[in-house]
Amino acid sequence: MNTFVDALGFLRDNPALIWEKVVQHLQLAGAAIGVALVIAIPIGVILGHQHRGSFLAINAANIGRALPSLALISIGLGFLGVGFVNVMVAMVILAVPPLMTNAYVAVDQVDADAVEAARGMGMRPVQVLTKVELPLALPLIFAGIRTAVVYVIATGTLAAIAGGGGLGDIIFNQPSYHLSGVIAGSMVIATLAFTAEGIFAVLQRALTPRGIRGREPEVDAFIEPPVADVTRAETARV
Amino acid sequence: MIAALLALADEGPKIPDFGRGSDCVRENGQFCVDWVVKNFGDQLLPRLIEHIELTLIAVGIGFTIAFTAAVVAHRYRWVKTPFTAFSAFVYTIPSIALFQLLVPVTGLSWTSAEIALVGYTLLILFRNTLTGLQEVPDDAIEAAQGMGFTRQQILTRVELPLALPAIMAGVRIATVTTISLATIAAYIGAGGIGQPIFDGIQRGFRTQFVTAGVLAVALALAADGLLVLAQRALAPWMRARQATS
Repeated sequence: MNTFVDALGFLRDNPALIWEKVVQHLQLAGAAIGVALVIAIPIGVILGHQHRGSFLAINAANIGRALPSLALISIGLGFLGVGFVNVMVAMVILAVPPLMTNAYVAVDQVDADAVEAARGMGMRPVQVLTKVELPLALPLIFAGIRTAVVYVIATGTLAAIAGGGGLGDIIFNQPSYHLSGVIAGSMVIATLAFTAEGIFAVLQRALTPRGIRGREPEVDAFIEPPVADVTRAETARV
Repeated sequence: MIAALLALADEGPKIPDFGRGSDCVRENGQFCVDWVVKNFGDQLLPRLIEHIELTLIAVGIGFTIAFTAAVVAHRYRWVKTPFTAFSAFVYTIPSIALFQLLVPVTGLSWTSAEIALVGYTLLILFRNTLTGLQEVPDDAIEAAQGMGFTRQQILTRVELPLALPAIMAGVRIATVTTISLATIAAYIGAGGIGQPIFDGIQRGFRTQFVTAGVLAVALALAADGLLVLAQRALAPWMRARQATS
């Protein structure tokens, strides 16, 4: 129990250090999520719109979940060297699959009647996509973003072994910061992950069109696709 | 004396970059195939086997605990909340921190690693088993009751078989998660394929950590693939249902 008191003491005594590492951590996570969004969302949305490539889109999440993060960082280290870029690339690889799978499932499973009605009203395919499919798919796309953000924040701890900075610098350096520092760093990471999860949950709710609010049941288990929202995670694990 | 030294030298270098390695190894080239060929048998393969052991034991123990808890929670509802809260709490601790937290208690050891790894499997396995059991259609249970099945028989002959796909999905996710986390366990001396990764990074020997990383990825993907096949073999009716829908 004493260790936890020490950890709180560590937080109180080193605000500048913690702040510096938090900023690094969030910069890394933000950059990785940004790049991953640009790659994953268009692919997922287009495949979902065309109802094609389901094998690729759905299995992406399974493969992404299987990839060991430490191994990705170590392979990246061999080819990209030490630093921010290597870790960011590894984190992009981890973030793309849940984003893409959720975007695909979200658009693919939009009510076929709604799409048909839109076509009957004379909408062009692009209009069907932007005015019908995307708004209806938004909640699930956001669920994917939420998962990816939490995952990237947790994995960001490992950045420290490849010179990427962040809170891992404290957690991986018990000789300098002692066990109290390790615990303090972990508490900060868990807090960041939960905060991010909360913010995105609120955003998700706000972006859900009124017509379909409360219709989607919360998935309460880690079940695979095509059950939507699969990769939902309330995790801060690395 | 000299003969003994020569004999020792003939055994070949145990430290790959200790003077005698190939040019590639000495210059720490991009990727030295010769080092991998030479050291696969005594440096990488044993670590890979250790890794599989770590994973199987963690998932085995985790499954026993979580499965029992889920069956109990299925009958006695009040068990669900405390067990979920406990396992969800464990799940939120960053693994590298949990490993280090256990070191003062159980030492820099395999035991510390296993305790943490088991802890991380609990939430996934418990939730999936319980959800699987609770989503068994009421009709099926009523039919079984009508046929005179006892509560015990309903559990073993109706509920558990119907929950199998959800349980297997949990086992699959728990296994790949454990493989990933077990690489980090090498940080506290638990062995496994993470050891050559940390080792190689510390020494700056590129070939070693890249190869070990590739092996870890391959192991995870192979395990995932095998479990998909097991899932299909154990619940063939799921495939039939997917094909018709």
